[in-house]
Amino acid sequence: MPEPVRTTILALLLALCAAAATAKEAAPAAADPALEARMARITAELRCLVCQNQTIADSNAGLAVDLRRETRELLRQGKSDAEILAYMTARYGDFVLYRPPLKGTTALLWFGPAAMLAIGGVVLLLVLRRRTKMAAEAFEPDDDETEDAADTAAASAASRP
Amino acid sequence: MKRFWFLIPLAAFLALAVVLAVGLKLDPREVPSPLIDKPAPKFALPRLDDAQKTIGLDDLRGKVWVLNVWASWCVACRAEHPLLVEFAKKRVVPLYGLNYKDKREDATAWLARFGNPYEASLHDFDGRVGIDFGVYGVPETFVIDQNGVIRMKHIGPLTPQVLETKIAPLLKKLDA
Repeated sequence: MPEPVRTTILALLLALCAAAATAKEAAPAAADPALEARMARITAELRCLVCQNQTIADSNAGLAVDLRRETRELLRQGKSDAEILAYMTARYGDFVLYRPPLKGTTALLWFGPAAMLAIGGVVLLLVLRRRTKMAAEAFEPDDDETEDAADTAAASAASRP
Repeated sequence: MKRFWFLIPLAAFLALAVVLAVGLKLDPREVPSPLIDKPAPKFALPRLDDAQKTIGLDDLRGKVWVLNVWASWCVACRAEHPLLVEFAKKRVVPLYGLNYKDKREDATAWLARFGNPYEASLHDFDGRVGIDFGVYGVPETFVIDQNGVIRMKHIGPLTPQVLETKIAPLLKKLDA
């Protein structure tokens, strides 16, 4: 057999092996790795609704597999990332986005923790300022005796079942 | 005024407790659908009983109808099925099935065994129409009005309570 023919046959056989080995899961990856990488990047931003703590990229739930297929399809049609995210939110709501958009209904979600921290800080500041103005007699004596008593109290509290 | 200040932490605690208690009662699996009060997605699917005939959204315009997403592999569908059979007997509105990601033979056998409450079932083999309807957990039930607008969605098996308190009043309001 001439060399080029042999190489071609070998290559075809190898390609067949690869196709058989990856037939179920990764066939599209072999088809277009760039598209697959983009699909993986987009679906990693999306929550799988069946198993809510996984991304669509990670999940093997039937719906996640289908949505990866849809994402691939949309990418092939030349849709942008934003268009694909819009496609998902139109069907499943903002809940599918791991990074929810900033708008009226999500303002509490975005700023709630910072607001709580700010409130705590203001309260702390007010209390501390008031205490600096108070006379020393207003406080309980801070001697060794009370410290020991506090220690024993803490120790007995810790040893309680 | 000042002597009640010690109540503020208590009030804050109670407020937080109420918020968390409400949060505990919410079902995180019930994701509100963005499709409520939006036109139902367009579809055209083969009938389960006759692959040659298709049913599309436009065929169902002008009447209020209920779409129930089901599958023979879905355990919860079996639980709600007797209720659907009862509901269909009353003939209030036409009930259509969306047979979701199911084999035709399995689905047909399932209906033969448990009864067929559906006017017709649409065969959504690859689940694409299901995706357009935002289906993520079978069974799901949609109420669609005369103009093809989705008015309600229920996720999970129907219960007599859901039928009476949510669906029946809505159907009455829609003048079905």
